[in-house]
Amino acid sequence: MNITVKLFATFRNGRFKMDHQDWPEGVDCRRIVASLGLTEEEIGIVLINGRHVPLDQVLGHGDTLSLFPLVGGG
Amino acid sequence: MNKILRVNMTDLTTRTEPVPAAWAGLGGRALTSTIVAAEVPATCHALGENNKLVFAPGLLTGTPAANSGRLSAGAKSPLTGTIKESNAGGTAAQMLARLGIKALIIEGLPTGDTWYSLHVSNEGVTIQEETELLGKGNFAVIEALEARLGKKTGILTIGPAGELKMTAANISVKDPDSKIRSHGRGGLGAVMGSKKIKFITINDQGAPGVKIAEPEKFKVAARTFAKALLDHPVSGEGLPTYGTNVLVNILNEAGGLPTRNFTSGQFHAHDTISGETMYETIVSRGGKHKHGCHAGCIIQCSQVYTCTEGKYLTSGFEYETIWGLGADCCIENLDDIAQADNIMDDIGIDSIETAVMFGVAMEAGILPFGDGKGMIRLLEEEIGKGTPLGRILGGGAASVGKAYGVTRVPVVKNQAIPAYDPRSVKGIGITYATSTMGADHTSGYTIATNILNVGGFVDPLKKEGQVELSRNLQIATAAVDSTGMCIFVAFPALDIPECLPALIDMINARFGISLTGDDVTNLGKQVLKTERQFNMDAGFGKEHDRLPEFFKHEPVAPHNAVWDFSDEEIDEFWNF
Repeated sequence: MNITVKLFATFRNGRFKMDHQDWPEGVDCRRIVASLGLTEEEIGIVLINGRHVPLDQVLGHGDTLSLFPLVGGG
Repeated sequence: MNKILRVNMTDLTTRTEPVPAAWAGLGGRALTSTIVAAEVPATCHALGENNKLVFAPGLLTGTPAANSGRLSAGAKSPLTGTIKESNAGGTAAQMLARLGIKALIIEGLPTGDTWYSLHVSNEGVTIQEETELLGKGNFAVIEALEARLGKKTGILTIGPAGELKMTAANISVKDPDSKIRSHGRGGLGAVMGSKKIKFITINDQGAPGVKIAEPEKFKVAARTFAKALLDHPVSGEGLPTYGTNVLVNILNEAGGLPTRNFTSGQFHAHDTISGETMYETIVSRGGKHKHGCHAGCIIQCSQVYTCTEGKYLTSGFEYETIWGLGADCCIENLDDIAQADNIMDDIGIDSIETAVMFGVAMEAGILPFGDGKGMIRLLEEEIGKGTPLGRILGGGAASVGKAYGVTRVPVVKNQAIPAYDPRSVKGIGITYATSTMGADHTSGYTIATNILNVGGFVDPLKKEGQVELSRNLQIATAAVDSTGMCIFVAFPALDIPECLPALIDMINARFGISLTGDDVTNLGKQVLKTERQFNMDAGFGKEHDRLPEFFKHEPVAPHNAVWDFSDEEIDEFWNF
């Protein structure tokens, strides 16, 4: 199934801004994070379709996964 | 710090007073709000003779504590009609603290048309007539005063916006690079202008300095505190790299980036104005991606943004400014936004109020959405010159909405709602509604926990837990604003257990006292209650703690969220 993966801030270094990827049914965020060479400690914010989710959230066809390191401001 | 300087602009006298016992344990916001509440009649006209303008460094300002160099300014706000405290970096706070000045209180109004300046030194404060720099922008004022009085002079100044008593006017503070930081929001520049003070200069030669009661204890706590700031990923790495503008892409992804005068939660051109793009632009042009607003800042969230030729364009280029002129006004050119930021510094006008105002002005048809060049022209030619249109624009979002009959006007208590949509980030909506100073994200920054996963997580799209979150953060912020600390110390304080105790240990070591965590929480509560009482005496009730009607009826994309708190649910905020 098709998943859009978006990376932000330092996660883009040596990777990409946005990528359309093909994953089998039942894949969770953790598996995609690992495939990117990112550790769980580095992950700050995980969004699926703009909603905050835990790393073990399972994705569905056509979902957008957005990953941010721990950053902030204001 | 052992003296209060008092300036009376009616009879042009000054005096130095001892610090009353009741004020001895206060600093920053706690002190400015206590003085304003005690001495300013709540129903007075904010630009009249009964309002007072108060400056106070924080409890830890002037010590070696990291990030402690913030100055609080307080008065009754001419924009909101409520009490107001605004804190900023720059060099003035630490100079005042080293001079032993607990607060500078300016009262009264001159009767004639003469303008003045104040000069603060180890001998006290003096009043001089001023003619040369009237009408000048803040950058020219700083340059002229450094030539007149020396490079090290501390400077607080108002630009044309403050002179013209526009309710969006700032008080500007010279920073370590002779550029500008701002006491923003609430129109305190207009209060200074009403008192006909163009600028205040500070010379700290011969200052006694800040004496620390228990130096060894202080040193240990200061080291622990600084380590926490550097260890936390937000304050130690994210902010110095991308600045606050890293938030553009985060809020856009989360659907909370108010766009086109709050009609959508996502902006199609988010990437062109994002922190990531800004970082690459700064680095490729040879600017600085990290920069501190005061000596001793180790977070360095500021930056120096240069034009394509490498010349200074702006610094302290914040997310809220970039969001406001970018997404909310649909301006896609970051250089246009940077130029506008520079002009706003020079005119001395609040970049949040003004950016939100432009969104309303675009909806009113004064200029088209996305018209960056038109926005710059209005800043320079209308607001900067104080034309009749410029005075309406310089009055902020509500002023333009009223003059042009716009109904979608994002303000609370007349102050513009900043960069986080309250429909899709509900905790911040509670803060906007209940803040003692009108809509203000900094007074209880729920974005940390709603969006950034700092201090836990409270789902931004649900109502549960938001009132409690906003209450806890507003109490903590009122306390932090009293220490002279930058509010960004809250990120490590929410996550690293040693951080807050170290901050309290520094206060205790500084004064030789023994405050507990509860004492600090109680200070925060006391500040909020003092401010709330002033507002109630000024005629504000719970019915003013509300968001504009359109948030209830207009769903915002992509989550189609609406503001769905009942009045009773909002009013729970004050149950403490």
